[in-house]
Amino acid sequence: MNTIFALASGVGRAGVSVIRVSGGDATRALTSFGCVVPAERYATVQKLLLPDGTVLDEAVTLFFKGPRSFTGEDTVELQCHGSLAVVRKVLAHLSEQDGFRLAEAGEFTRRALEHDRLDLTQVEGLSDLIEAETEAQRVQAQRVLSGAIGQKVEQWRTKLIRAAALIEATLDFADEEVPVDVSPEVTELLSSLVRDLEAEEGGVHHAEAVRRGFRIAILGEPNVGKSTLLNALAGREAAITSSIAGTTRDIIEVRLEIGGIPVTLLDTAGLRDSDDEIEAVGVARAMRAAAEADLRVFLSLDGSAPGEMCQVGDIIALAKQDEAGVYKNGVSGKTGAGLEWLEAQIFEVLEPRVSQVGIATLERHRIAIVSALTHLRAAQDLLGSSVGADDLVAEELRSAQRALEVLTGRIDVENLLSEIFSTFCLGK
Amino acid sequence: MKHFDVLVIGGGHAGAEAAHAAARYGARTALVTMKRSDLGVMSCNPAIGGLGKGHLVREIDALDGVMGRAADAAGIQFRLLNRRKGPAVQGPRAQSDRKLYRLAMAALTEAQHGLDILEGEVVDFLTDGHAISGVVLADGSEIQAKSVVLTTGTFLRGMIFIGDDTRQAGRMGDDASCKLADRLADMSLPLGRLKTGTPPRLDGRTIDWAALEQQDGDEDPTFFSFLTDKVQARQVPCGVTHTNEATHEIIRENLSRSAMYGGHIDGVGPRYCPSIEDKIVRFADKASHQIFLEPEGLDDHTVYPNGISTSLPIDVQRDYVKSIAGLENTKILQPGYAIEYDFVDPRCLTSELALPEAPGLYLAGQINGTTGYEEAAAQGLVAGLNAAARALGKPSVGFERSDSYIGVMIDDLTTKGVSEPYRMFTSRAEFRLALRADNADQRLTQIGIDLGIASEERCRAFQSKMDLLNDARGKLEQTAYTPKQIRAAGVNVKEDGNRRTPFQLLAFPDVEIADLYALQSDLADIDLASAKQASNDALYANYISRQAADIERLQKDEALKIPLEFSYDDIDGLSSELREKLKRVRPGSIGQAGRVEGMTPAALTLLVMLVRKADRKIA
Repeated sequence: MNTIFALASGVGRAGVSVIRVSGGDATRALTSFGCVVPAERYATVQKLLLPDGTVLDEAVTLFFKGPRSFTGEDTVELQCHGSLAVVRKVLAHLSEQDGFRLAEAGEFTRRALEHDRLDLTQVEGLSDLIEAETEAQRVQAQRVLSGAIGQKVEQWRTKLIRAAALIEATLDFADEEVPVDVSPEVTELLSSLVRDLEAEEGGVHHAEAVRRGFRIAILGEPNVGKSTLLNALAGREAAITSSIAGTTRDIIEVRLEIGGIPVTLLDTAGLRDSDDEIEAVGVARAMRAAAEADLRVFLSLDGSAPGEMCQVGDIIALAKQDEAGVYKNGVSGKTGAGLEWLEAQIFEVLEPRVSQVGIATLERHRIAIVSALTHLRAAQDLLGSSVGADDLVAEELRSAQRALEVLTGRIDVENLLSEIFSTFCLGK
Repeated sequence: MKHFDVLVIGGGHAGAEAAHAAARYGARTALVTMKRSDLGVMSCNPAIGGLGKGHLVREIDALDGVMGRAADAAGIQFRLLNRRKGPAVQGPRAQSDRKLYRLAMAALTEAQHGLDILEGEVVDFLTDGHAISGVVLADGSEIQAKSVVLTTGTFLRGMIFIGDDTRQAGRMGDDASCKLADRLADMSLPLGRLKTGTPPRLDGRTIDWAALEQQDGDEDPTFFSFLTDKVQARQVPCGVTHTNEATHEIIRENLSRSAMYGGHIDGVGPRYCPSIEDKIVRFADKASHQIFLEPEGLDDHTVYPNGISTSLPIDVQRDYVKSIAGLENTKILQPGYAIEYDFVDPRCLTSELALPEAPGLYLAGQINGTTGYEEAAAQGLVAGLNAAARALGKPSVGFERSDSYIGVMIDDLTTKGVSEPYRMFTSRAEFRLALRADNADQRLTQIGIDLGIASEERCRAFQSKMDLLNDARGKLEQTAYTPKQIRAAGVNVKEDGNRRTPFQLLAFPDVEIADLYALQSDLADIDLASAKQASNDALYANYISRQAADIERLQKDEALKIPLEFSYDDIDGLSSELREKLKRVRPGSIGQAGRVEGMTPAALTLLVMLVRKADRKIA
C-alpha cells in the first residue's frame, strides 16, 4: 500500500504546520530529509535537509509506530514552521519519494477505520466528526463543479474523451471503416490540453499571490514622489521622505488591502546611474524587486516608463499632480489627489487575476495537474515518435484521465464509447 | 426421478460452456436442449473472436473451456486483428464453418466425463420454498438438480420482424414454454427490451466473386486454444464489397417499411452493429459502406454478408442486394430480420451470476443483455462453475477486473447494467496492457489447475510452457549491462549510465532477441515462443508496474465484502436515489459499490463503516 502524506494542520500561514505521513514506508519521510528516526513518541528537533545538503527547515519530528498511531500504520509527523514556502517544499519533496502520494480527502480516517483504530461501535458517537468530513468534501466538490471553474474542467474532460475516443476507435474497430489517420486531430487536442493545463498550473501562482498578498513595486526616477505616494496609500509615515533625490535606498514594504485584495507595496530607490555605492546597490535591488513583483506602478513626470522593465498590465501614473484639479492619470501623494484613481487602476489589474485563480489553489490540485501534464506529454511523444504505439498512447491518456479524476470525478468508459459511436459508422 | 448436481437449460454457447465447466468442477451435470443437434449452433455470423471477444475466448480456453478448441477445429480463415499494433490490442478472430463447429462441440461434449445431454423442453421449475430444485419437461417428467443454469437467449417475449411481417420467435410460440417465462415474470425481476438484426443470407453460387476484392487469412495463423498447434480445416478467403448511392436510395425510399423505422420496435439496438437503415440515416454523408462476404462453411454455399443487417421487407432486401457490386444476380436464401426480446437486468445478479430471489438459479448469456457468442460462453463458464460450487459445497469462483476480461464483463453487467446489447471491447478493460490474449494462460490457467478444472493435458502443456518461459526470463534478467557493453554488442542505447538487462532492452521497439545474442550468447538457447512471450511482457513491464498500485487499491476494496442481506434502508446518510440503486445492484464489495453510478466518496465512506460494523456484530 502507498504511503500517504498531507498537511494535517490548517492551510495558510501559521506558527507551526503539521505534516502527517502514514504507511509502511513512513519513516522514509525522515531519512529522506537526512533525519534519524527518533524514539517512539518522543518529540525530537531535527534539521530537514534537501538532497543538495541545504537546510530546508528545523522541525519537531515525531514517530508513532503502528499499530499505536492514529491510522494504525507507522506514522511520522513533521511539525515545521508554518511558512507556505516551507510546507510546499516539504510536500513536493515527499511527493517525489517512491511509493508516496498525497492523501485523498478523508484517507487518514479511512485507514484508521481499516486498521480498526477507530472503534466502530462508537461510530454513531463520532457522527459529528464524520459530518464535518463529508461536509468538507461536499463543499469542495461543489466549488470544483460550479461556475467557470467547473466549465473549464468540463472542457478538458470533453477534449480528453474526444482524444481517447479517436485512439480507441482505431484500436477496438481495427477491422472496420475507421479513418486510418486520426493522429492530426489527436495531436491538436493534446497540444491544446497541454496549453490549458500549463496555464492552470501557472494559476497556482495567482492563488499564492492571493494568500500572501500581491507585490506591487512603485518605481520611477529619483524624487518623483514614490515614498510620498507610499505613505499616502498606507496612511502613515512608513518611508522617510525629503526633497533630496535618492533618499530611499532600501526597499520598504507596506501591507494593505485594496478593494479586499491583499497587497504589499514596495517603495524602491529611484532609478538612475549612480556613483554612490550604496545607492547603486539600492537601484539594483529596486530592479530585482521590479522584476519579481506581481505588478509595477511607474511614476514619472512625463508619463513615460522604462520599456525594458514594463510588463503587460503595469500602471503608469503622472507624478506630482499637486495642483488641484489639473491631474489626469496622475497622483499626488502630497494632496491625496488621484489616489482613488490609482487604487481603482490597481484593483482593475488584480481583480481578474484573483478571479482567474483556477481550481489549482491547492498543492493537491497542482500535483494532479502536473501528473496529468506528464502523461499528456508522454502521449505527445509517443504519437510523434513511432507508429503502432497507440496502445501506449491510450494508456497515457487513461492515466491523464485518472489524474484529473481528482478534480472532475470519474471519466467513464461509456462516455468514450458514446463519442466513438457518434463519430464513426461502425459495424460490419 | 433423475437427479443431477447441476442442470443447464439451453445448448447454445452459454449453455455448452456452463455444462462443461460444471462437469469439470466435479458436478454430475445434465444439459437439456430441444435437439441434440442444436448444440453449438451459430445463430448469427459465422465467426468467433475479434478484439475483446478473442480475449474472452483465450481466457475461456486458459480455464480449459471448450469454445477455443471448437473454434480452432472449425476455423476456415484465421486473422489476428491489429497485427501491427501492440500485443495488448491484438485479438484473434476466425471465420468458422458452422457445421464443423457443431460437430466439434458435439464431440467435446460426448467426451466430457460427468456430462449428460438430455433432449427435451423445459416448461417449469421445481421449487422448494424460494429455492429452485429442478425442472419439469414438456412430457411431464421431472428432473431434480441442486443448481439450475438458465441460458435461453432471446426466449423472453421474443418477436421477429421482417418489414410489416411480425411473428413470435424462440420457444415463446408454444404454450408450454410460456410457463417458464411466466415463472420468471412471477419473480418480478426487472426486465428491459433490446433488439438486434441479421442480414439476408446469400447464395454464394450466385455471387460474382471474380469482380470482388478478396481478404485472405494470415499466413501464420493465430489459434484460440493454447493447446492447438495446427490448422484443421481447409482455409478460404472472404469477399469484400460496398454499398453505393443506388443502394442507399432504395433504402431511403423504403424506410417507412422498415420495422425499426416503421415504429414496430421499441427495443434498444446495439450502436456498434447498426442495421443498414440505421447507417444510412445516422451517417447520411457517407456514400458507401463496407460489406464482408463471409462463407458459412466449406461445403455450404450460404454466404453471410456482414454489414447489412436489416428489418426491411423481403422485396426491398432483394432490390438493394442487387444494387451492390458483385451481387447483381445474387439470390437471397433467407431474408434478414430483426428480433426484439426481453432481458433480465443483470444488476439483480450476483457476481456468481446467481439470482438471490431464487437460490440455486443462475442466468448466463443473451438473457442477461449481452450479445455475441464469446460473451455468452464466458458467462456460461462463470455460472457453470458457481452452480457446481453451490451444489457440491465447494468454494465459489470469482474473477476480478484486474485479472481478466471475464472479470471486467461480469462486473460491468452486475454493477452498471446494460443500455444496449453488451459487447466486449478492449477499451472496457482499464488494465488492458496486462490482460492480453497472449498471456491469458499465464493469468488464469494456474487458477484452473488449483480449482481442479484443468485436464491433465492442459496442466502438462502449461507446466512445460511456464518452465521454458521462466528459464527464458531467468536468462534475460540475470545480468545488467552498461551502455558501453550494449553498444559494443551492436545495440544502440543512450550513454546515460543506466545498466540494462536484456529483458529491458526487449522493451525497445526496434530490438529483437536475435539482436542480443552478441551481448549474451545463452540467449540463443531460448525458444522462439518464449522469446516472443518475454518481449510482449517486456514491452509493457513499465506500464504494468505503474498500474500495480491501482490494482492493489482495487483489490483492497474488493476484499471488503458487503453481505447480501445488508440493509440499505437503515442508513440515514444516503440519498433516496442512491439507496434505490444500491438496493437493485446489491454490490458484493465496497469496490463494486464504488463503481455504482452516482456513488459519492462520502456515501462510500459511510458504507465502509457500516459494513465493518455489521461484520463485527456477526463475529
